[in-house]
Amino acid sequence: MIKGIFNKKVLGALVLAAMLSACKSTPMTDKPAGVEDKSPAGSSQSSDGSADTSGVKEVTIDSNANNGNNPLKDPNNILSKRNIYFDFDSDTVRAEFRPLIEAHAKYLLANTDAKLVLQGNADERGTREYNVSLGQRRAVSVKKSFNLLGVQDKQIETVSFGEEKASGNCADEACHQLNRRVDVVYEND
Amino acid sequence: MKKLLNLFQVALLSATAFMASAIVTPVSHAALEIEISGGNAQQLPIAIVPFNQDNVKNQENIANIISADLRRSGMFRVLETAGVVSQPSNISQVKYSDWAALQAQAIAVGKIETLPGNRLKVSFQLGDVLKQTQLAGMDYNIAPNQLRMTAHKIADVIYQKLTGESAIFASRIAYINKSKGRYALQVADADGVNPQTVVSSNEPIISPAWSPDGSKIAYVSFEKKKPIIFVQSLMTGQRITLASFKGNNSAPAWSPDGSKLAIVLTHAANSQLYLINADGSGLKQLTKSSAIDTEPIWSPDAKWIYFSSDRGGSPQIYKVSSIGGDAQRVTFDGPYNLSPRFSPDGKSLAMIRNDGGKFRVALQNLTTGQVQILSEGSQDESPSFAPNGRVILYATRAAGRGSLAAVSADGRVRQRLSESGGDIREPAWGPLLN
Repeated sequence: MIKGIFNKKVLGALVLAAMLSACKSTPMTDKPAGVEDKSPAGSSQSSDGSADTSGVKEVTIDSNANNGNNPLKDPNNILSKRNIYFDFDSDTVRAEFRPLIEAHAKYLLANTDAKLVLQGNADERGTREYNVSLGQRRAVSVKKSFNLLGVQDKQIETVSFGEEKASGNCADEACHQLNRRVDVVYEND
Repeated sequence: MKKLLNLFQVALLSATAFMASAIVTPVSHAALEIEISGGNAQQLPIAIVPFNQDNVKNQENIANIISADLRRSGMFRVLETAGVVSQPSNISQVKYSDWAALQAQAIAVGKIETLPGNRLKVSFQLGDVLKQTQLAGMDYNIAPNQLRMTAHKIADVIYQKLTGESAIFASRIAYINKSKGRYALQVADADGVNPQTVVSSNEPIISPAWSPDGSKIAYVSFEKKKPIIFVQSLMTGQRITLASFKGNNSAPAWSPDGSKLAIVLTHAANSQLYLINADGSGLKQLTKSSAIDTEPIWSPDAKWIYFSSDRGGSPQIYKVSSIGGDAQRVTFDGPYNLSPRFSPDGKSLAMIRNDGGKFRVALQNLTTGQVQILSEGSQDESPSFAPNGRVILYATRAAGRGSLAAVSADGRVRQRLSESGGDIREPAWGPLLN
């Protein structure tokens, strides 16, 4: 079941990549490798019996409207979990978030065209620019976890919103805790 | 006249008067509401006679603008002149005995006349009441829309002549105004009046920094879902992308000659300091640490870049030569010091200190090392010196709402600027306008 979902997503990615490379004047460089990586998934696509052309159409609809078939947006799939929380003044990734990171790492390794943005956040205490740096350090900490699982830097960008996306007026620690966070965002989310 | 500050409260509190019962004198004019409280501060009594502007239509009362500036400085007591029979508009008409009776030590008079070609002539003279002599006299040939700034320039002349210090009023402040989910970088006169939006976005804008000549502002915009540094010309609105590298691009700080900026980039790691030319060329890495290095600021002599870093564990202020090299620690006092800002004379450093869980503006004398806590809030940020170094503007928060406040560098005079309904932060005081 999950494989089938992956197939459609991959096919969509390939179509998108082909469109993008068609627009570019530069010759394809990384793209052929990406195609080869996904050929095993693509071959299992043929087993579900639907015509290749209609498959392409379905993917387009999937990516625009039907989140149910997208593992990244399926609420029952761990890949839909996108928030990693941190202790005060800490960039240590807590053990409870390892399954989340492992699941996204697996997805990135299987979908080498997929690009991830790790968006760091900080609570509102401290200065704005310093909090940009604190959020960044958390994003970098999560990125290193991905690196250890074999994901390359070219698939990840680490950025920080500092305290700018923090829900203000926190009166207690539970509220601050929600702002000390790295959000896992896919480039085409 | 557009107004930023529906409520512009000014509280002049001498340290002693604050402890004793303060006299509160609300003075209202135009749409500004100014609240002054103060007691035994050494304030020079001055009379600002309403300028003769009978022949000029639809113009603001220039004497009121000058009076408000002088009051706000905390250095002057502006006297009520309405009860005096003679209302001179030229120094030759001044009967000094009238003003001595009012206990004025100085008097300013002037008039506005129309000139051909839709121009105005503003003349003003400043007199010493005790010596019965003229101290200053100026004529300005201006376009009508320059009248308000001309009033600030006159206030500057008065301030300079009578205090011996350099001017402050003919300058502008930049700040971020968050309202209804939108972020606007705005520029207003130093008295908070005449706000103009430089750029607005539905994503955050932070860290505005004036070019030394006041013609451009660098800022950080999150409009592309990550921090990117732009430099925008105030006159033309044209902007360039100064830095948009992978990762974060933030904390721009102009060199004193305006030729380059210190910035913070991350690429795929922690915040580090870089130098970049003002046109976005010539990127050069300045610090190489595994820690956070951010919030760079140039020393006025351009030899040093001061910055904040947690390389020693807790966030403290360090300095590095602007041509590179090893960093040296600057602050040792207190567990947490951030946001260094140089006084214009280079002799002291304002910063944000975590003072028992409260983030406050502190001022460190770089010669003696002595530190004074200047602000009284719990989330004070973004200190910014007035062009003459006597006042520090900063952001403060109360009940989840941001406003601006200012404190004199000696801690004696306090002001609060707020806009009803707005959320104002990230102030930056611009250079004097010539």
